Amino acid sequence: MDLSQSRTRQAIITLGLLSGALILFTGAVGMIAAFHEREVVNDFITLGQLVLLITPFIFGYTAANRLGMTGESPTSVIGGGIIIGLLTTLPTTLLLLFNSDEFRFLLDWSLRLAPFVVATAIAWRLHRQNVETFTLIGSWLLAAVLIGIVTFSLALIFEVKGELRSVLVNINRDWVEVVTFDNRKDLMRGIFVFSLASAVAGFVGSLCYYVPRTPRRAMFYGLSVTLLVGAFGETVRLVLQENLERDTLNQLFRRDTLRQNAALGLLVVSTVIGYLWAAFGDRARQGFQNLGGQQRQTTQMIGTVLFVAVLLMLPWLIGRTLSDVAVTIGLFVLMGLGLNIAIGLAGLLDLGYVTNYAVGAYILAVMTSIGPLGLMKGTFSFWMVIPIALLAAMFAGFIFAVPVLRMRGDYLAIATLGFGEIIGKLAISDWLKPLIGGAQGVQAIPKPIFLGTELRNPEQLYYIVLVACLVTLFVSIRLNNSRTGRQWMAIREDEDVATAMGIDTARAKLLAFTLSAATGGVAGAIFAAKVGSVFPNSFTVFISINVLSLIIVGGIASNPGIVVGAVVLIGLPELLREFSDFRFLLYGALLIMMMINRPQGLIPTKIVTHEMRAGVKAKVAAGD
Amino acid sequence: MLHMFKWKTDEFSWVDFTIDVLRILIVLAIVVGSWNTLSEGRISFAQWVNLFIAGLSQGSIYALIALGYTLVYGILLMINFAHGEVFMAGAFSTVFLAEALNRTGFLNQSPVLAILLMILFAGLVSMTVAILLERIAYRPLRGSPRLVPLITAIGASFFLQYTFRGLYGSGFKAYPQVKILQGALQIGSINIPTVQIFVFVSALVLMFGLYWLVERSRIGKAMRAVSENKEVARLMGIDIDWVILFTFGVGGFLAGSAGVINGMFRPQGVNFFMGFIPGIKAFTAAVLGGIGNIPGAMLGGLFLGVIEAIGPNLVLAGLGIPGANQLKDVIAFTMLVLVLIFRPQGILGERLSEKKA
Repeated sequence: MDLSQSRTRQAIITLGLLSGALILFTGAVGMIAAFHEREVVNDFITLGQLVLLITPFIFGYTAANRLGMTGESPTSVIGGGIIIGLLTTLPTTLLLLFNSDEFRFLLDWSLRLAPFVVATAIAWRLHRQNVETFTLIGSWLLAAVLIGIVTFSLALIFEVKGELRSVLVNINRDWVEVVTFDNRKDLMRGIFVFSLASAVAGFVGSLCYYVPRTPRRAMFYGLSVTLLVGAFGETVRLVLQENLERDTLNQLFRRDTLRQNAALGLLVVSTVIGYLWAAFGDRARQGFQNLGGQQRQTTQMIGTVLFVAVLLMLPWLIGRTLSDVAVTIGLFVLMGLGLNIAIGLAGLLDLGYVTNYAVGAYILAVMTSIGPLGLMKGTFSFWMVIPIALLAAMFAGFIFAVPVLRMRGDYLAIATLGFGEIIGKLAISDWLKPLIGGAQGVQAIPKPIFLGTELRNPEQLYYIVLVACLVTLFVSIRLNNSRTGRQWMAIREDEDVATAMGIDTARAKLLAFTLSAATGGVAGAIFAAKVGSVFPNSFTVFISINVLSLIIVGGIASNPGIVVGAVVLIGLPELLREFSDFRFLLYGALLIMMMINRPQGLIPTKIVTHEMRAGVKAKVAAGD
Repeated sequence: MLHMFKWKTDEFSWVDFTIDVLRILIVLAIVVGSWNTLSEGRISFAQWVNLFIAGLSQGSIYALIALGYTLVYGILLMINFAHGEVFMAGAFSTVFLAEALNRTGFLNQSPVLAILLMILFAGLVSMTVAILLERIAYRPLRGSPRLVPLITAIGASFFLQYTFRGLYGSGFKAYPQVKILQGALQIGSINIPTVQIFVFVSALVLMFGLYWLVERSRIGKAMRAVSENKEVARLMGIDIDWVILFTFGVGGFLAGSAGVINGMFRPQGVNFFMGFIPGIKAFTAAVLGGIGNIPGAMLGGLFLGVIEAIGPNLVLAGLGIPGANQLKDVIAFTMLVLVLIFRPQGILGERLSEKKA
């Protein structure tokens, strides 16, 4: 067994503890307990349990891949998987013990011992770097005192407060219930079951490394399809409801969760499809590549037509609830495409995009409202105000752009963030209350009327959003290849060089801000008409952050990326209610991870990928 | 001498024109507003002094946070957007310690020791958060294009906010009242609340501590060396990674202690979102004083606090705007934008402005 080799051992321990930290963290912020509310397969597994099992599985598989590549023996690879599974449970188990009455003394003792142990560990590391004895003792003392202050305070807090739950609100019964797999009464048994399940998951994960590539891909594909369908059972059911008989549906679903038979069937079917795809997919792609230019164009054409047809039929296919979600996603696609002109094409990190959204919404509200704050009292229709909202947003974009034209990247970001906050505070202030209603907002906004019918349902509003998105998409594709688009890209890459090339950077930047504001205004106006009222607390920095995140995750300057980003980042939290509490937690984590591992986004464009690589190269060259 | 008249020969620029118009408008608004307020005499001299002192104590909190921005900027040339959340982490975590100390009665028996313990605890918690942030999120991105770490920092900011919301819950938690901080100091007709004196004095002590650390100690010398030139500092045998980590740690410590000090006089209590707005304001303060410049950050913080306290009553009320104090934040953010437009190098000027601009 090569587990004795320190390098292998270190890799396994690092991955295992990372996985353990992940489980501990998700538990402590309440994710696991919240996800436990959602069953993936009826009476079989919940989303919370799935998180507990899939984490050691993935880490076990990753470790097996890493170790297997370096030529470790199967025993140590699989042994590593099991160890990772066990390590995954370690931090959570400790917390479980600390939380129980019988083993509470463990917490007290570890808080008492921690200063000495940690200080000694630090001193030991310093000792190995050949530090003088005097410094060594000094740092030992300093570390012990500092850590002592923290542990003493913690001990005091827990002593006075009693249960951990009164500080860490999510270390509660629900959490214990999930991580012990429903053995809250018998803690030891619970910990045993938890460790066993996790070890098995790690074992299976590492075992997957030895499955040949094609069946492995088929298996992963099948599993992920089944689990996704299960997790989104409610959504899938809503879609099927529109198209299936009630009885058939009830055979597949029990309320909102997939029945066990249905899940098994789905697993088999999707694995077979996955196998076929894994085995012949490459050949099919090859065949497509080998088609003549004419044929390939036809195929692509058919694909596009099909896609547009599906988009047009969408409200009938998915029903009312999901149409509403689709409208929200569409509004964010619209804003994403707009903000992408500033961030993606011109490289101007605008964090105040909510300004344009608010301007559009308030313009529509004030112009069309039939309430006391309405200026025109019904003389202006939705369709007449949309262009006005667009122009007003462009004007706002222009006005706010002028002062920031000379600022460099990071200052610009903070200044625009400041603009967003200023607008938010003004909207809620007493000063503008006679005009836009202060905290009470503007109410009684009529729905748009199209050829005599009032568009009050999300199914109908969907088409407005769709048309707006398609127009914006067209414009943004054309801009991408235009002279102006090239100027923006030049500015994004290097402003000084762009100036030297004779580009009027001030003009180009102004244009970028103004154009990018336009869609924000339209999105705001549609939003106001959809909701029927406008409140200042809908226009917070979170809107800007939402739009920014979807651009970054989808891929900077990539139109398909933005659509995918909007579907994933806006759609998921809407569809999975358990998710929505942790929305910004996950956005934040996603932004960090994307920037570190994949700054070009999920669906990147070639140019941006190249630029990001160039950045890395420059970094290597600079020796930083 | 000719260059003084260069603008005449230069091409006419719309951007310059608009910015000049903006400048004139703002000066006009300030003059008219102040004139109106002062000529009406709605606010007495004692009230002005009170506002000024309240501004100073709020400003010293901004200054403590701003020091974190400035320290990090001085060394890495990056805006640690998540610094406001580091401040929140300390303040939010220490609420529980303050409650525990209050329940045992220690807080009122020996308040000095108890508050010292709280400040240390909060500082260490924030320090840990800041160090983890640097180690996990920022270190892998060193040397990448400027916007990449900024976006990471924005992500980290929201990640930290919602992590602490998950850990401690979303409600507001108020610090217990400390008896010795209840009263007020009477000087003639001017009434200064003791809390404000406490805030100002403890902030001053911390700032002098930092000044001593940076200017006099060995590690401070290393910090200055790294901010001057990383490569040369490395050649001199300075462990750059350690110095950067230390800088984040010191910034975090100051932010955490600012959190506790701030918590003591926030009647509405602390919650997970408390760091966001002070974070941006402290950044404003750092820019105001000249980012990368330590005395500048202190001065900028105090200046911003005072402006924020006096500005709405002096200028906005004078212009006839109702509910002027609601627009405190607007004043602060307008300051931010104005400084960035007109004097991005700050009051004291960026020490190395040419290299860093």
